[in-house]
Amino acid sequence: MTTAAQAPTFPAEVVRWREEFDSFRAGLPREEPEWLRALRTTGMGAFEELGFPTTRQEDWRHTSVAPIARTSFRRAPTTASVADLAVLGSLDFGRAFARRQLVFVNGRYAPDLSSGTSADGVHLRSLREVLDREPQIVQPHLDRQASGPGRCFAALNSAFLDDGAFLSVPAGTVLTEPIHLVFLSAPGSQPTASHPRVLVWAGRKSQATIIESYGGPADAVYLTNAVSEITLEDGAVVDHYRLQRESARAFHVGTLCATQGRATRFASHAISLGASLSRLDIRQVFAGEGGECVLNGLFLGGDRQHMDTHTWVDHAQPHCSTRELYKGIVDDQARGVFVGRILVRPGAQKTDAIQTNKNLILSREALVDSLPQLEILADDVKCKHGSTTGQLDPLALFYLRSRGIGEDAARALLTYAFASDVVQRIGVEALRAGLTEHLQRRLPGPVDIKEAAV
Amino acid sequence: MLDIQNLHASVGGNEILRGVNLSVPAGEVHAIMGPNGSGKSTLAHVLAGRPGYEVTKGEVRYKGKDLLAMSPEERAREGVFLAFQYPVEISGVSNVYFLKAAANAIRKHRGQPELDAIDFLALVKEKAKVVAIDESLIKRPVNEGFSGGEKKRNEIFQMAVLDPALAILDETDSGLDIDALRIVAAGVNQLRSPERAMVLVTHYQRLLDYIVPDVVHVLLDGRIVRSGGKDLALELEKKGYEWLEAPAGSR
Repeated sequence: MTTAAQAPTFPAEVVRWREEFDSFRAGLPREEPEWLRALRTTGMGAFEELGFPTTRQEDWRHTSVAPIARTSFRRAPTTASVADLAVLGSLDFGRAFARRQLVFVNGRYAPDLSSGTSADGVHLRSLREVLDREPQIVQPHLDRQASGPGRCFAALNSAFLDDGAFLSVPAGTVLTEPIHLVFLSAPGSQPTASHPRVLVWAGRKSQATIIESYGGPADAVYLTNAVSEITLEDGAVVDHYRLQRESARAFHVGTLCATQGRATRFASHAISLGASLSRLDIRQVFAGEGGECVLNGLFLGGDRQHMDTHTWVDHAQPHCSTRELYKGIVDDQARGVFVGRILVRPGAQKTDAIQTNKNLILSREALVDSLPQLEILADDVKCKHGSTTGQLDPLALFYLRSRGIGEDAARALLTYAFASDVVQRIGVEALRAGLTEHLQRRLPGPVDIKEAAV
Repeated sequence: MLDIQNLHASVGGNEILRGVNLSVPAGEVHAIMGPNGSGKSTLAHVLAGRPGYEVTKGEVRYKGKDLLAMSPEERAREGVFLAFQYPVEISGVSNVYFLKAAANAIRKHRGQPELDAIDFLALVKEKAKVVAIDESLIKRPVNEGFSGGEKKRNEIFQMAVLDPALAILDETDSGLDIDALRIVAAGVNQLRSPERAMVLVTHYQRLLDYIVPDVVHVLLDGRIVRSGGKDLALELEKKGYEWLEAPAGSR
């Protein structure tokens, strides 16, 4: 056939995803609006063109996604077994982070497991349900931030766009309690993939706290390819928490986008604990003056875990400030990557940005690549960045031991101390306490961290 | 209490201690003086068991036990305390937790019951008076943001809480103004007791005006070249160290 000869030839893994896409699309509701179909088709087309990134590409220089590319993932079933659901209780460390909680199993909304939905003008709904009933309310916001040149995973997420969470907070509404979005993977026997999408719209002078948790049963093999897009209208305040606790054999790719209007405050706390291979891209843009952006991050890697975080902060407007603090702890043969880019565009005067990345190496074979990058194209700005990577301070260890504290306990205490400032900045008490306990279990020696905290 | 025989030690391959002999009985305060680089601080750290400070020859008995065979934490639990010249800052860990962990590790070793938070706080309040340390410092992260004087006071405060049998004070006077020095010295004097031995490592005689030693030793080029009463310190103050030539064959 002549058409076949003219068609571009894609690598086998891309062809596999195309087949998966065709079968997925065939099962979608027929009455979907044209723009939504186009969004998926564009996403699939972009993914076909891009393929999976290679380490020859600058943004992926330190992370090979070959294990993802070569695995044949199926779409996940929409049901979970009782055993899978047991995982649900452990994802929040056995503490309820929030009374309002939407649970997604394999990317699909699970109403029976969820509690507290829309009320008082606040939309807290499944994206699928909104797309079915009122697609026009999400159309102006969906995929306005995540897509972009070279973003193959975001493109793949758009291609498989189906369900997720939609939160919209009307102007002036202050949500005092956090909202918890739980993404549980329950793959069964075959590797599966889910592509959840989170869409948050915070109206003028509204406030919200959102926690996203990701996890699955121990040793399950699956891919979570999540995209979150957050829009902050003028004066809005959003605290965003992201807790990645995927199974030890899972793959996790996340994209978090935030666009900040005038005089907004956006705080992101990203905690990465799980997955064999994980990558998080945080892309933030100041679209109005006087915004404040706080990026806190902690990754804790052991065994052969590979954890990569890229952050982009775009000072496109003057009088905005960024405070970024990322810390990594790696043990065993784990590898961490931090690439943090702050761009100060021409005219973004009075920008005040501080970026700090600190990494702690606990073993001889663990490794972290840290690349802080400041690109400053305005002249009246205060910007600085710093990066340190090293082992526990031998003199501090000796100091503790010289007081009678055993070596293991001293190591644990210093490791905890290293992470403590990121942990202490977590404003959701249940999350902070749960994470503290988790750290305590993962640390090498006996130490009661709750008491140690300043 | 402490008996050092022909102690040789190297740091980074350089021999710093070249045959130290020293005996400190319980109840006495011994000052070790010497110029910069004579090995005073090395001796203090070797006694506390600092990793990387390698003992190449000699023996140290502490309460009749082989001190050098013990880990730093074992030494501390057995009652050895080193007040650091440069106390380490540990952000994220409160002073009080750090001390409680230390105190309970020592108590456990001695077969005493561990102190709970309430009992420990009572102990802390009592001992805080020794060096007039502000209680707010006790709740702050270990040494973080402390002034030089506050750090030194914190060392003596820790010593008061941990109640050692052998206290080694490394340049406790350095960086202190006269008021701070008085307070720290008064704290140390309160902790003198017939059961406790103290070793003061100092460059200057000034500290010994406030903490009067029983014996003064001069360490030069890794050996103790002279020992005497407290008058020896005054003589050193007047004449410097030059008149005490290192003994022949020391190099």
